[in-house]
Amino acid sequence: MKVLYFSWIKDNIGKNEEDLSLNDNIKTISDLINYLITINENYKKAFSDMSIIRFSKNMNLVNIDEMIDNDDEIAFFPPMTGG
Amino acid sequence: MIKVQTENFSLEKETKNLIHKNNNVGAVSSFIGIVRDKAKEKDLISMTLEHYPGMTQTMLKKIEKQAYLRWKLLDSLIIHRYGELFPGDNIVLVITLSKHRKDAINACHFLIDWLKTKGPFWKYEKTKNSGHWVEALESDNLEEKKWDI
Repeated sequence: MKVLYFSWIKDNIGKNEEDLSLNDNIKTISDLINYLITINENYKKAFSDMSIIRFSKNMNLVNIDEMIDNDDEIAFFPPMTGG
Repeated sequence: MIKVQTENFSLEKETKNLIHKNNNVGAVSSFIGIVRDKAKEKDLISMTLEHYPGMTQTMLKKIEKQAYLRWKLLDSLIIHRYGELFPGDNIVLVITLSKHRKDAINACHFLIDWLKTKGPFWKYEKTKNSGHWVEALESDNLEEKKWDI
């Protein structure tokens, strides 16, 4: 699974993307976040306030309980500030 | 039409092109967003716009389609720049064309309100001794919500 990070989430984690192989226990975005925060303190800090985290699956905005699998591209980012 | 680019744009040139390629244009509405020279009271050195290539195109096309479902538009153009920009630089251009003014004006307003909160862009402001990612404004969210997308 390709996972992308943008804005300060990218800065906190220290990378803009990575490839992850998920085990069978990770079925939703929520499961993925719960896994990511166990990697190290940087991830934990990045995901410490979930009210300011948005996520997409294959470039569409989705909810935290969205089902995911290894072929998906998941992205994490703060609220957009375009225009 | 959607363009996501680093290059600058010209309102005059883009407007002329759009009027030239459409028949029966009675109204043109446009909006330009520009980099301000202050960030949280400090002098801004630059603003860097990051975006999510691919998703930007997909989402902007989707919202442009919404505008056509709501208003009688003859044509439209959204140009959004990314990369490092400086005070006074253009950031975004929206142009809408219709037979009658209300369609063009409302569609243009709708598109820029939507871009503020749903366009997958993130702004980093650099000032003399520091820098920060721009936070989304609740006022922008409220503006966008009134369109009931």
